Amino acid sequence: MSQGNFILREPEYEAFLSALRKLLADASAKVVFLVDKNGTLLASAGDIAGFDTTSMASLAAGNIAATGGLANLIGEKEFSILFHEGERDNMHISVVAERLILVVVFDRRSSVGLVRLRVRQATARLTEVMAAVQAAGEGEPGEIEELTEADIESLFK
Amino acid sequence: MSFINYSSREINCKIVYYGPGLCGKTTNLQFIYKRMNPEARGKMISLATESERTLFFDFLPLSLGEIRGFKTRFHLYTVPGQVFYDASRRLILRGVDGVVFCADSQLTRVDANEESMENLRVNLREQGYDPDKLPLVIQYNKRDLPNVASLAELHALLNRRNVPEFEAAATTGAGVFETLKSVIKLVLIDLKKGGR
Repeated sequence: MSQGNFILREPEYEAFLSALRKLLADASAKVVFLVDKNGTLLASAGDIAGFDTTSMASLAAGNIAATGGLANLIGEKEFSILFHEGERDNMHISVVAERLILVVVFDRRSSVGLVRLRVRQATARLTEVMAAVQAAGEGEPGEIEELTEADIESLFK
Repeated sequence: MSFINYSSREINCKIVYYGPGLCGKTTNLQFIYKRMNPEARGKMISLATESERTLFFDFLPLSLGEIRGFKTRFHLYTVPGQVFYDASRRLILRGVDGVVFCADSQLTRVDANEESMENLRVNLREQGYDPDKLPLVIQYNKRDLPNVASLAELHALLNRRNVPEFEAAATTGAGVFETLKSVIKLVLIDLKKGGR
């Protein structure tokens, strides 16, 4: 296998959340999400009540994967920023630290220029946190390794 | 590659349904969607053509309850089965934790099954996986149709690893949950071992 499991612990999770909250405020965005490239939501900030965050995470990852495939066809590694403009809301999607996807949803209270600027600033912080995640992941085995087959069986009772 | 969040105490795993075109991958997910308790499943997304052939993927998130205080979430994906969508299949396999190979039991589809299994192995290798180690179960679908190959024949052609295998008729749901449970168990056992 090319990569180990992605393990996120409390300090790094809180650090991601705090970077997302800052970005939300600085960019005057509606919501921001951090997703891994396999389509799993890691953290979010803003009013997510009206959003199906699980579906958004999966589709954002599919979107990055598909445009990455297109990029390869013209000799690019990937397109690291995508921008979708809607009638009311817009979406800015960017790749962070090669493994993560940052999604910012914003409306006319903000602008694509401001979002791009703030995303660039937030990316630096998120990249640092991701480095800490990778360093922490190499530590001692967690509780998951202690799961028993009876635990697994209990899911199906 | 499973995602474990110790902060929110969640385990997320990705399961991909693979197989030749029209073998019933989407039908498996549709049946699971229909029968699962609405609280245990999210919205099913199908990126399909107007004629309802899968264009990119189907996606169905499930929450199966807790083990040792961890919420377990499984993201089920299908790939487009048609041969020319190979680039999309490779993308969907990224980060996969377990595969259900859905075979079409009809005699006329024997070659298509073999070709798809070989394609799965090639694409897994390309993503850095060992195709002989990744959790895998095989479902022989469409057992309710006439002119199907025998189980022994299908086993000999497709199940060289001798992984768990199930007969199914996804339109009626027969075998669908047995297959799903089996792959989930394999994925969790693999996770417990600490990855591949």
